[in-house]
Amino acid sequence: MARESNFRNMFLCLLIICFGGSAIMGSVYLITYEPIAIAQAAKVNQALGQVLPDFDNQPAEMVYDMEIEGSKVAVYPATRDSVFVGAAIEAVTTKGFGGPIRVMVGFLPDGTVFNTAIISHSETPGLGDKIDPRKSDFSLQFKGKNPKTFHLAVKKDGGRVDAITAATISSRAFCDVVDLAYRAFIKTVQKGGKQ
Amino acid sequence: MNRLKIITKGIIKENPTFVLVLGMCPTLGTTTSAVNGLGMGLATTFVLMLSNLVISLISGMVPSKVRIPSFVVVISVFVTVVQLVMQAYVPGLYETLGLFIPLIVVNCIVLGRAEAYASKNGPLDSFLDGLGSGLGFTLSLTTLGTVRELLGSGAFFGWKIIPGDAILVFILAPGAFLALGYLMVLFNKIKKA
Amino acid sequence: MEYILIIISAVFVNNIVLNQFLGICPFLGVSNKISTAVGMSAAVVFVMTLSTLITYLVQCYILNPLNIGFMQTVTFILIIAALVQMVEIILKKISPALYQALGIFLPLITTNCAVLGVAILVVTKEFTFGGNAAMLDLPQSLVYTASMAVGFGLALIIFAGMREQMDLVGVPKPFRGVPIALITAGILALAFMGFSGIV
Repeated sequence: MARESNFRNMFLCLLIICFGGSAIMGSVYLITYEPIAIAQAAKVNQALGQVLPDFDNQPAEMVYDMEIEGSKVAVYPATRDSVFVGAAIEAVTTKGFGGPIRVMVGFLPDGTVFNTAIISHSETPGLGDKIDPRKSDFSLQFKGKNPKTFHLAVKKDGGRVDAITAATISSRAFCDVVDLAYRAFIKTVQKGGKQ
Repeated sequence: MNRLKIITKGIIKENPTFVLVLGMCPTLGTTTSAVNGLGMGLATTFVLMLSNLVISLISGMVPSKVRIPSFVVVISVFVTVVQLVMQAYVPGLYETLGLFIPLIVVNCIVLGRAEAYASKNGPLDSFLDGLGSGLGFTLSLTTLGTVRELLGSGAFFGWKIIPGDAILVFILAPGAFLALGYLMVLFNKIKKA
Repeated sequence: MEYILIIISAVFVNNIVLNQFLGICPFLGVSNKISTAVGMSAAVVFVMTLSTLITYLVQCYILNPLNIGFMQTVTFILIIAALVQMVEIILKKISPALYQALGIFLPLITTNCAVLGVAILVVTKEFTFGGNAAMLDLPQSLVYTASMAVGFGLALIIFAGMREQMDLVGVPKPFRGVPIALITAGILALAFMGFSGIV
């Protein structure tokens, strides 16, 4: 059934298959291009909805990057009736147990943490992944706390956060990244931000 | 051999995981929960069916020396299609399965079925063969996922049914090896009895 | 210091076989004897490092500028397959001794998911070495890949040693073959979990 191979038919055959394959992939790429963009935007918007108080602007469209202490964070300012109601900071820490932890932290104008959400992490399932609010209540203790008065560190390090049992490193990394986001938030507000 | 048999033989008699011991990487890597196992199995099934179909259509025209490269291109095209579609419509699952989706390309089951079955049989039979092997694979992944989820997080398809802490090690790496090893022992025992 | 972290992390903490589940097929398939395990490991270190060098460059200078990242899977697998073939032909010509040693393992490597897996990991994952979460640069990638391959070799050789011992004991019948190998691998993976958290 298989044909004899010579240079010409091998070359032609692979050429045709590659062309056909590329055509299929290209068209599927074009079809799924928009849904993928929507899915990604939906993820950001969902996180924004969780971590920010009621807003009526499009924070995802007003996002800008800033540098703080050598790391890059993204700032999503939120307004309601053109009044600044807070901002969400997307920051990443490298101190996680299994890799980088990317979080979104929403702040009220006075610097109080409104809520936190996890964008991505690779912590150990069942232990470190309890930083995710869907897995445990750990991150809820940050809600409504102002890092100015609430020392963002686990109790072992002299702070006020109850660490996750058997996952001190993940808890520390989480405190660390929320604290980084707080400092970034203070810096934006001082600079005038979008107030 | 009738058509139904082509499907069912892939599920039990030639089960890719328990009998042929193929495709171990995704089997161990993605089965931290039943849903993940199911998702991975279905993605693989999709690739298996379509690549088997296309390969059985073109195998008569492909010169024998470039057979394997041609098959690999066909398979990787369908893997890319799955990748894009999952990214668009089930982004959560896509992120959980992560690296193992592109790795369907090198899953021995896919190339194995293409070589051993699709290149020698008609399109419909090949398609069904892909479906059968895929379902067998899905079944074993879901079983392993269910066992690991039950032992490791005390839940069944995401529903917490055993209160309190579970045996965490089963959703970590070593638990994957242990659970699959013991499941195979069980499978061998039942098959012989 | 950064490189030491990368090496320890890749060889022990995130061991490619026991922690990331890549390359399980050769791990179970060619681990019956230590000598074959050593040959396979050497071939994997060689091919993996070489293929990552090329795929990294292709990703950075062809796929990314043209914005066709979705072609990654197809491109990478073709590069790896072609590379393995080429290495085989070249080795046969210039170093028959080395070909004797590695030759039979080379065709097996194309479908070793560890090679494709690491090539994709290196260009897509964010790493945290050196303080910032970012993609690795080229020298870091190469060190990382080589260490991953060494980790594969380490796991494979340790495991082959264990299996050689196991041949001498009477294993209950349903456990024979793959099941007992998997259970042994599970215990080995438990031991490797002891490394987690040191980087």
